[in-house]
Amino acid sequence: MNFDFSEDLKLLREQARKFLSEKSSPKSVRKILEGAAPYDAELWRAVAGMGWLGAAVPEAYGGAALGYDGLCVLAEEMGHALAPIPFSSSIYLASEAILAAGSEAQKRAYLPKLVSGERIGTLALAEGAGNPDAVRMQARVANGKLSGTKLPVADGEIADFAVVAADGTGEASLYLVDLGGPGVTRSSLKSLDPTRNQAKLVFRDVPAEPLGPAGQGRDLVRALLDRAAVLIAFEQVGGAQACLEMAKTYATERYAFGRPIGSFQAIKHKLADVYVATELARSNAYYGAWALASGAAELPIAAAAARVSAIDAFHLASKENIQTHGGMGFTWEADCHLYYRRAKLLATMIGTAPYWKDRLICELERRNAP
Amino acid sequence: MDFEDTPEEAAFRAEVRAFLEKNAERKSEAKSFHRGRYIPEHNIPETVRDAKQWQAKKADAGFAGITWPKQWGGRGGTPVQQVIYNQEEQNYVVPRGVFEIGLGMCIPVLMVYGTPEHLQRYVRPAVRGEEIWCQLFSEPSAGSDLAGLRTRAVRDGDDWVVNGQKIWTSGAHFSDYGILVTRTDPDVPKHAGLTFFFVDMKSPGIEVRRIKQISGGSNFNEVFFTDMRVPDSQRLGKIGDGWKVSITTLMTERLAVGDAPGPDFDDIFALARTLELDDGPAVRNPAVREKLADWYVKTQGLKYTKFRTMTALSRGETPGPEASITKLVSASKLQDIASYGIDLLGMAGAVMDPEVAPMQAWFQEALLYAPGLRIAGGSDEILRNIIAERVLGLPADIRVDKDVPFSQLKTGKR
Repeated sequence: MNFDFSEDLKLLREQARKFLSEKSSPKSVRKILEGAAPYDAELWRAVAGMGWLGAAVPEAYGGAALGYDGLCVLAEEMGHALAPIPFSSSIYLASEAILAAGSEAQKRAYLPKLVSGERIGTLALAEGAGNPDAVRMQARVANGKLSGTKLPVADGEIADFAVVAADGTGEASLYLVDLGGPGVTRSSLKSLDPTRNQAKLVFRDVPAEPLGPAGQGRDLVRALLDRAAVLIAFEQVGGAQACLEMAKTYATERYAFGRPIGSFQAIKHKLADVYVATELARSNAYYGAWALASGAAELPIAAAAARVSAIDAFHLASKENIQTHGGMGFTWEADCHLYYRRAKLLATMIGTAPYWKDRLICELERRNAP
Repeated sequence: MDFEDTPEEAAFRAEVRAFLEKNAERKSEAKSFHRGRYIPEHNIPETVRDAKQWQAKKADAGFAGITWPKQWGGRGGTPVQQVIYNQEEQNYVVPRGVFEIGLGMCIPVLMVYGTPEHLQRYVRPAVRGEEIWCQLFSEPSAGSDLAGLRTRAVRDGDDWVVNGQKIWTSGAHFSDYGILVTRTDPDVPKHAGLTFFFVDMKSPGIEVRRIKQISGGSNFNEVFFTDMRVPDSQRLGKIGDGWKVSITTLMTERLAVGDAPGPDFDDIFALARTLELDDGPAVRNPAVREKLADWYVKTQGLKYTKFRTMTALSRGETPGPEASITKLVSASKLQDIASYGIDLLGMAGAVMDPEVAPMQAWFQEALLYAPGLRIAGGSDEILRNIIAERVLGLPADIRVDKDVPFSQLKTGKR
């Protein structure tokens, strides 16, 4: 039994923790929160410079070939540091979609530039309220031209291109669509977490290049989201851990009634529960990492369990972190709300808990079919 | 990252499987509810006899006291081998509930504080199941606050004379020996005045009375001491060091106490899939699905947390107080699953007739014993304190009883 990351990856984790604590400090995250820039372009270039954008991309396409467990380790640190960059959109979604469904030519055209950070991609799936399986696919491709509206699109304002799910032949298909050309109107949406961009994309007869077999869009999206669920779970675990550390520090330093508030059982038990939820989520995420890295058939179950557990842990940790901070936690200047916002943002990205819980049970019913 | 055994671990696992396959009945799907009920209360002599036979068989094959030295009847093996054995044994119907406390807590503390003569005399019979041990710790006025105990031991020549009462002693009614913590000096602060012994449960002056639980069963006892004499040679640790010895015992207890026994995710999932309601199987209901998903992720989270612990063990690291998670999560989860399993049955949920209620009324039975699991072996509240203080490093509670002689502490009416 070796249910842990390798020593090399633990070193990578330390390196990433140190790097991001300097380059994605709360101060720099706040610049994105309060400023006009939709992401931290300098951090993006620095992360690209470390080779981390291609962590799971084969060397043939310019990647670092660290494997998916390497990408999981990085994801945890991105979440811990609240990195205000389109890491999830461009790597877990766009790069992964091309790796999974792209032709050799598409891989050669797109992946090296995604790895270098020169181009940013995203997934355009949602069309208003709804979860992934319930998308009312109004977006249409006819004669190679895409028309329709996608909302919200994570990092839609930043991305150079999008992997778009649209109805092509009566069934959903995936397309690669350049967002810089004519016919694309992008508008920024006010984001629950302003450190992560949300946009509305309107397409009018925009050239769309098929990605993967026609009519396979729903299956491709499902498989893509399973993989992303594991990676996002690591971001959530990293975020939950950061909240626990913040709350613990505050509870030790803050005095009330003549003693540190962390000596009160009301606070102790609250933080013990946060610890338990975070550890359960971490263990579920580890299993997801194993399934992702080894290509196991259990991936859909492992991914859904990792996601449900991580949504729960990050939400609990971020809200109880505010509660532990008391009134101070409710101020704009305390960093608590950065995590509270990110927790909910990640809980909505790729579908919310009720959807993933239902998927989990569906998969278990399938596995244990009578 | 992998779940593979090393070649040595795989060879050991194969050996374990061969032993179990030959000597025990594999659990069948239909009999899953055999798993982990509390020790049967009817026919105790028979249960104890079966458990003793099984323990001797294990010892002969080298699967008892796996991590203990060979000279005392152990295997001289590794903690990972112990975990592997436990994993495999779970799949078989074997007698349980008789030796866990002795082998999980009493003998380990004896091995730390006992003399070579003690070890020579007591370890092998315990490993072989010839002698059963119990733990005489809690008292009516000392549960979570164990150091508040009042059972007095007074020195008299080479002996100590013990008077007082213990409670919640599992298995005292069929035990041969017990580990006992007593107050030997009431005039110093409470943690400083304790002394630890082991006693012969057949000593004159001991009376064991069964406690009837919520569930109607009697797994625990009250134990009364009236002028019971214990030789000083049966003292473990120094006079006044009883608290230190108790803590050693409790730390091993938290490792030994594992998953709450009873219906788990697989069982409520099976129930929800087979139970036909007016609008189809219960599992079709979205509210039921959400609940099931929550329990699944908790169950799996615990499973993989244990895998992480096992990884640490196989690297030679010592798992810390984080092992407290298992009992904290699984006892509450069991209570919730039991309750919801009954809810699924609707109006019929109130019936606990084993002929009528699904799975021989396992959910109903578990509902009634689950409260005990959230209290025994470290209550939920104590476990949260342990996590907060020893894992997270939060400051200790301010104690009003810390520097006050025990005899001057305030006491309540309960």
